[in-house]
Order: sequence, then C-alpha cells, then structure tokens
Amino acid sequence: MRPFRYERPDDPLAAVALLADDPTATFLGGGTNLVDLMKLGVARPDVVVDVARLTGRAVETLPEGGVRIGAAMPNSDLAADPVIRHRYPVLSQALLAGASGQLRNLATTAGNLLQRTRCVYFQDVTTPCNKREPGSGCSAVDGWTRHHAVLGASQHCVATHPSDMAVAMAALDAVVQVQGARGPRRIPVVELHRLPGDEPQRDTSLEHGDLITSVDLPDLPVTARSHYAKVRDRASYAFALVSVAAVLDVHDGIVGHVHIALGGVAHKPWRATIAEDMLRGGPATTDAFRAAAVAELTRARPLPDNAFKVPLARNVLVSVLGHLTSSAGAGR
Amino acid sequence: MDVEITLQVNGVDRRLVVDTRTTLLDALRERLGLTGAKKGCDHGQCGACTMLLDGRRVNSCLALAVAHQGADVVTIEGLTPARGLHPPAGVPRPRRLPVRLLHPRPDLLGPGDAGRGPSGLAQCGRRRAARGDGAPARDGAASDDAASDGVVLDDDEIRERMSGNLCRCGAYANIVPAIAEYATAEHARK
Ligand SMILES: Cc1cc2nc3c(=O)[nH]c(=O)nc-3n(C[C@H](O)[C@H](O)[C@H](O)COP(=O)(O)OP(=O)(O)OC[C@H]3O[C@@H](n4cnc5c(N)ncnc54)[C@H](O)[C@@H]3O)c2cc1C
Ligand code: SF4
Ligand code: FES
Repeated sequence: MRPFRYERPDDPLAAVALLADDPTATFLGGGTNLVDLMKLGVARPDVVVDVARLTGRAVETLPEGGVRIGAAMPNSDLAADPVIRHRYPVLSQALLAGASGQLRNLATTAGNLLQRTRCVYFQDVTTPCNKREPGSGCSAVDGWTRHHAVLGASQHCVATHPSDMAVAMAALDAVVQVQGARGPRRIPVVELHRLPGDEPQRDTSLEHGDLITSVDLPDLPVTARSHYAKVRDRASYAFALVSVAAVLDVHDGIVGHVHIALGGVAHKPWRATIAEDMLRGGPATTDAFRAAAVAELTRARPLPDNAFKVPLARNVLVSVLGHLTSSAGAGR
Repeated sequence: MDVEITLQVNGVDRRLVVDTRTTLLDALRERLGLTGAKKGCDHGQCGACTMLLDGRRVNSCLALAVAHQGADVVTIEGLTPARGLHPPAGVPRPRRLPVRLLHPRPDLLGPGDAGRGPSGLAQCGRRRAARGDGAPARDGAASDDAASDGVVLDDDEIRERMSGNLCRCGAYANIVPAIAEYATAEHARK
C-alpha cells in the first residue's frame, strides 16, 4: 500500500476543502471497500480524509414527510432501524442481503453507495481495465463475464454496480444530499450512478471532493408494500447475480404506485421504467407482471457467460411482484 | 507516515505508534502480540480476523488502526472474564459453547472450549473469536429488534448469522443445534 497522510477534520466543509486542494485525496467511510482497493493498488490516495464520524449516523423523520439517513450511519444500524424496517422494508432487506454482519457493522451509507465494481479485472492491476486506467482496454469483454452487465453496458466497460442497498434506494426514489466545494446540492439516487458510455472511469455524477452528507427517502403511499429479492451463487455472503427491489401499491386489483429497480444487471441500479409504465393503471395479474418483465428485458444484450441473467431477472421480477400482491406480502 | 494512537485492548489502555497504513489486525498481531485473531484473506472475505470493536464484530483486516483511535477492542484473548468461566444455566459444562447470539457483552462468553465437548464447536482459534461474538444483538440477519419483530432464531437464521465466517469447521452440522441450545439457555438465564 502506498503511504498516505491521515486526516480527521471535525467539520464537513473542512473535509471538502481538503479534497478540493488535492486531486489524490479521498474520503474514508468504514474502509471496507477503500482499504481493500488500497491493498490491491487500485486506489492510491496521498491523503485519506476520515468522514466516518463527520455526518449523521442516525435516521431522522422529516417534517415534510419521509426520512433522512445520515451518510455515516452503519449499514447494520440502518437495517435494524425500526422506522426503516416498518416503512421501508425493501431497504432493510437489501442491506441484510449484502456482505456479512462484520462488514455491515463497519460499512457506512455513503460508502455503500460509492463502493466500486467487483469486476475481477478492475481489481487486478496487472490486467487492462478502462475503468481503472482509461484507454487501456476492457479485459472483461473477451474474458469471464458471469457477473457482468446485460443492460446499458458499452464496448468500453461491462461492469455492474455491486451494491444491494443502492438498488432499494433507487426503487424508493431516494435523494442524496451532497456538500460540494461550491455549496450543497441534491442528486436523486437514480441519477447518482452512471452508465459507462465512453467514460467508465466515472462511476457517478459526483465531482471530486463532493461529500455525501445524507440520503433522504420520500414517504411511500401508506398502503404500498415493498420487497427485495436477491439471487446469488451461494445462500449468503455473496454479491448478487440478479436482484429486484420493488414498491407496489394495488387498489381493487389495479396497480397504482409501482417502482422497480434491478441489481446485478447494469453499471447502475436499473430502474425498470418500461415495466413500471406498462403496469401502472393496469391489472395486478401474473400475466401483466410477466408481460412487463419481458418488455423490460428486451433491451438486454447478454455476454457469453451471463445469458442466464436475462430469464433470471424476468422470473425474479415476476415472483417479487407476485409476492407483493399475495397475502404473504401483506405483512410487509 | 507514523502516528501515535491509543486503543483499549481487552480492557487495558495501550499506546502505540503505527504507520497510517496499519490495519487494526496488524497492529494487534504484529505490535501487541495478540495473535488470536487470524489473517486469513486480508480482504474482508473470510471473517478470520473478527474482533469486537466498540462492542460490535468487525473484520479488523479492513479497519485502519488510525481510524479507530481511542476504540475499545476485544479479541479472542479478551473473552475470558476476570472472574473465571461460568456455564450458562441448564447447559452442562462439557457442552458450554463459545457463542453469544443474544447478548452484546463479550464477557458473557465461556471461552476455553476449543475442540472440547460433543458439539465440535471451535475447531480452531480463528473460529472462536469470530463466532464468539455470534451475532451481537445489533446486526445479523435479524438486527436488534429481532425479538419484537418476531424474528425466530431458527436454523436458517443461525446459518445466516454465521455466514460472515468461512472456515472448514463451519461445515459441522452440529454447530447449528449447539448455537440454538446455547441461545435458548442464555435466554432462559435472562
Ligand atoms: C467480502 C465482501 C463482500 C461484500 N458483499 C456485499 C454484498 O453482497 N452486497 C453489497 O451491497 N455490498 C457488499 N460488500 C461491499 C460493502 O457493502 C461495501 O464495502 C461497503 O458498503 C462500503 O462502505 P464503507 O463505509 O466501508 O466505504 P469505504 O470503503 O470507506 O468507501 C467507499 C467509497 O466511498 C467513498 N466515501 C465514503 N464516504 C463518503 C462520503 N460521505 N461522501 C463521499 N464519498 C464517500 C470513499 O471515498 C470510497 O471511494 C462486500 C464487501 C466485501 C469486502
Ligand atoms: S468491465 Fe469495466 S471494470 Fe471490468 S475490466 Fe472492463 S472496463 Fe474494467
Ligand atoms: S482476514 Fe479479515 S476477513 Fe479474512
């Protein structure tokens, strides 16, 4: 690991200023991704600015409705928070489906959102990778692609975003609060992560030095239900092959509010807007769910090792919507 | 770049100078001679390095020591209570298990059980610290309102809470009933 200076400012503006002054400086949350990447030589900061105690570590209810999650709140606390478990079960379920108890105790909300891809070539500094070293080529395109994208990829990068939590937040229309060098701003989670295009080195729409201070979740319709399902190579402690986060509100058999996000399939949490548009205002039936899932996945362009993700995503989507309309989904 | 830090390690204040790159795991193993926590993968993938950091289990291989200045750290070496071992009510001594699923206090554990007892728990030291904290009440698959939310500590739940530790001894089928038995006994003691 490269030597670095460690800073722990006690004010968010000071943290932002420390990064503004230095293009090689980086923020540190729980370190479960950054420290790993520093050991691998993928991240090589000169200055590490610890923000794990700088922003909120709790869930607050907002006067205008919804809740605000502190950026430094540990994943385990967020998953356990009674308000989250009661009002946004999809988020609690997504968190608990990710990593392990030990990791969730260290990992923070902001760090989870900004964790980098688990593409094996990205993590191996001896192989070409456009994300790690722009212009060097993409080793995955002709390599091992089981965990790679089927939607929205480019010839420059076919990586997926690994976060479970971010998929739930995308389905919840969460909004990230950011403190930048030029002041605060708000970025919807669906616009935070990018598709790779010809700049795969940019995971997100953030600029260097932007500090995430909190994440807001808007209120859901009181009768809406939500659920997260994740399919992986082993039952626990593994990244998603495919996951689905869905929020659904049905009245008299007709779909009202419906938000769906897919994980494990793209460079960002994939909002299934085609499926949502087909479902909204229509009957909440298995046939309708299947038609919407099929339509959403027509845009899929699988790679040699991951064609299975297309029917898998379709089937998991149908099953999650089925669960949310069954009596079993009623508890949530 | 060297920095001076203090840590409370197994109840004792320790002051040490570390390079900023030093992980909590390396600080304790290499600098303080506490080799009970193991370096398995060094990348957060196995759980062999598990310690209690401010009362919660973490992968110490991914925690920078400098970022945990002043923290309270408990390793496997710190699990023996000063007053000695005590079996939980209703569990005969040979089956006393180094697991704690329901309580946040590490001193409730009964260590010294490595390789002992019919349960086959704790084959190796690395398993013990790691499983020793079990799933503190604040996390695991069920999180801290487990009881109130009707989460049942069934076999699947126990397996899920154990999944952050990859070790060959985790394959012993009897670990799951052993944890269930211990958890029930601990619960009854409350
Ligand atoms: C073995 C293993 C298995 C895992 N399995 C899963 C899984 O199944 N599902 C899943 O979702 N995740 C999984 N993870 C990833 C884990 O969830 C992330 O490592 C964790 O959430 C990152 O949070 P952190 O606070 O430790 O981030 P850090 O490592 O501290 O930081 C990550 C990034 O976020 C930036 N950052 C941190 N805080 C801020 C802030 N406030 N503002 C701006 N930037 C910030 C850092 O600069 C860094 O670039 C796994 C990790 C490991 C090691
Ligand atoms: S898929 Fe993206 S991250 Fe992986 S090797 Fe190609 S460019 Fe790098
Ligand atoms: S050594 Fe830390 S998780 Fe493997």
